[in-house]
Amino acid sequence: MPVPASYYLFLAAAVFGIGTAGVLIRRNAIVIFMSIELMLNGVNLAFVSFSRELPSMDGQAIVFLVMTVAAAEAAVGLAIILAAFRNRQTVHADELNLLRW
Amino acid sequence: MTLPVFAVLAVLLVLASLGVILQRNPVRSALSLVAALFLLAVFYVFLEAHLVAALQVIVYAGAIMVLFLFVIMLLRLQVEPRDPERTAGRIAAAGLAALFVAQLVLFLRAAPAPTGSAAPAFGTTEAVAEVLFTRLVLPFEMTSVLLLVAIVGAVVLAKRKWM
Repeated sequence: MPVPASYYLFLAAAVFGIGTAGVLIRRNAIVIFMSIELMLNGVNLAFVSFSRELPSMDGQAIVFLVMTVAAAEAAVGLAIILAAFRNRQTVHADELNLLRW
Repeated sequence: MTLPVFAVLAVLLVLASLGVILQRNPVRSALSLVAALFLLAVFYVFLEAHLVAALQVIVYAGAIMVLFLFVIMLLRLQVEPRDPERTAGRIAAAGLAALFVAQLVLFLRAAPAPTGSAAPAFGTTEAVAEVLFTRLVLPFEMTSVLLLVAIVGAVVLAKRKWM
């Protein structure tokens, strides 16, 4: 019995939602970053399952672009975290409050 | 893929994802994320996206996760202590996320129905490359600019002294 396409989309929604919860719940900047990666992966799964169902290769091409953005975001974001840690000796999101008012 | 296999893998993926956000040790979070990324690669294989599955393992589970673990080691993070003051906020955040997922599920029930088996060339490197190098060639070239900017940005940010 084949799996309906909507099940893949529900799974993608669940992964995205867990990532959202991680961004909201956690205060460690690195874990927040990992949650963002989780959200990006949920979106990728939705893209691939739509690409399989339509069927069209565009979804998989876009997944390629999303992966590039994720790699760039991880490189720059982790460099920012390293710079922040060097200045403040913490990666706790509540203590990095210089830009808050 | 049959339904029981899908169910087992889906439960494992949700557990691994929950592990990312619930582990108090960041290294364990990172290892849970590796497990989740590998499980996603398995789903991509079942969806006949073979190139994407290979890229997922090489780029995500390989390169990006090594970067994460490297930074975790550099920052000598400790296990976070329990913070009972924030329990209410956590429950509210989890409730908001659950509401969001429920909304997505309601929306996604209208997704297109399965269309049977795909063409033999579906999901191969050739098929993806044909789209990437013809119609989507401009976004594809822009990713190279994006990566260049990211490399320069990461080097500038990680320098010990500001210029």
